[in-house]
Amino acid sequence: MIKKLKRVIQNIFSRIFKSKKHIKLGFYGPPNAGKSSLANKICKDWLGEEMSTVSNIPHETRGIIEKEQVHIQHNGKELTLNLIDTPGIATKIDYEEFLKFKMKPKEAKERAKEATKGVIEAIKWLDSMDVVLIVLDSTLNPYSQVNITIIGNLAARNIPVLIVANKTDLRKADIKKIESAFPQYRTVGISAQKGTNIKQLYEEIFTLVKR
Amino acid sequence: MLTLQYIPHHDIEFLSTDDKIKKILRSVKEDKIILIEGKLAPNEESELIRKTMEQIDKKFKGIEICGVDYELKNLPFFDKIKRQIANVLLKKKAGITIIGPATIVKEIKRDPNKIELLTQDRKKRRN
Repeated sequence: MIKKLKRVIQNIFSRIFKSKKHIKLGFYGPPNAGKSSLANKICKDWLGEEMSTVSNIPHETRGIIEKEQVHIQHNGKELTLNLIDTPGIATKIDYEEFLKFKMKPKEAKERAKEATKGVIEAIKWLDSMDVVLIVLDSTLNPYSQVNITIIGNLAARNIPVLIVANKTDLRKADIKKIESAFPQYRTVGISAQKGTNIKQLYEEIFTLVKR
Repeated sequence: MLTLQYIPHHDIEFLSTDDKIKKILRSVKEDKIILIEGKLAPNEESELIRKTMEQIDKKFKGIEICGVDYELKNLPFFDKIKRQIANVLLKKKAGITIIGPATIVKEIKRDPNKIELLTQDRKKRRN
């Protein structure tokens, strides 16, 4: 109870003084949704460099990656963000899944071990975020418990959330399904890889931060 | 053979988050699919994921979890109010949570209108 009250007070204070500090923008979501691709796209747009490595093998990001002082502009307004790319949150990790990507057993076991630590880290960092982009693969069913758990935890902490429906360039993409799964949140459809609709994403980030 | 264990709300109602998670993971690691009356709170769910990750090893690959709430949005206004009052009176008792070991439960597919629990094929389970 005291812990909860302390968090609420901290949140109120951090909202009041938000304009004076850098805003921590977290990228959260399940593995392989495109969190790192999106973080890279934003970083490349404003810093001219990428921040994370990407791969089609799940759990490529196995530790928190932070890029500080990313100044973004939109319609004459400016924001300074600290981008925080987090490992994909999962409820199961089986090293045998990595063998399908022609990984050696030793390497696959090491990756699985690091991935479990990554999930723990990502959960631990939830408390540190000012705003969060939930990145979802728009070709997949959004009604997964991991998505619901992440969003539920952010709602309980009063952290503003924007849902990013990624991979809209793919034929199976269904933004409407994501919108109907989480009707209480704004959803923006993008393709981080192709750079589609990124301007609208920036607009939504500005709106989210002002909230 | 699949074992389904039902945990009524009063069995875990007064347990701390830690004890609740210990109880859940103990059963799941015994290869049981558990059906809990009521839903876990978001912080309990994230703690369950965290503890699951800590315990993953050669034999235990993790869990599949699905919390199901009553769908309120499609109900008529007065039914919605009635359901919300019932939720308050029953505390967190409304809804159910299904948790199973990932070596047995391949996926719990949830749609707004149905839940499907897909199990792993036997060959994979034995590995």
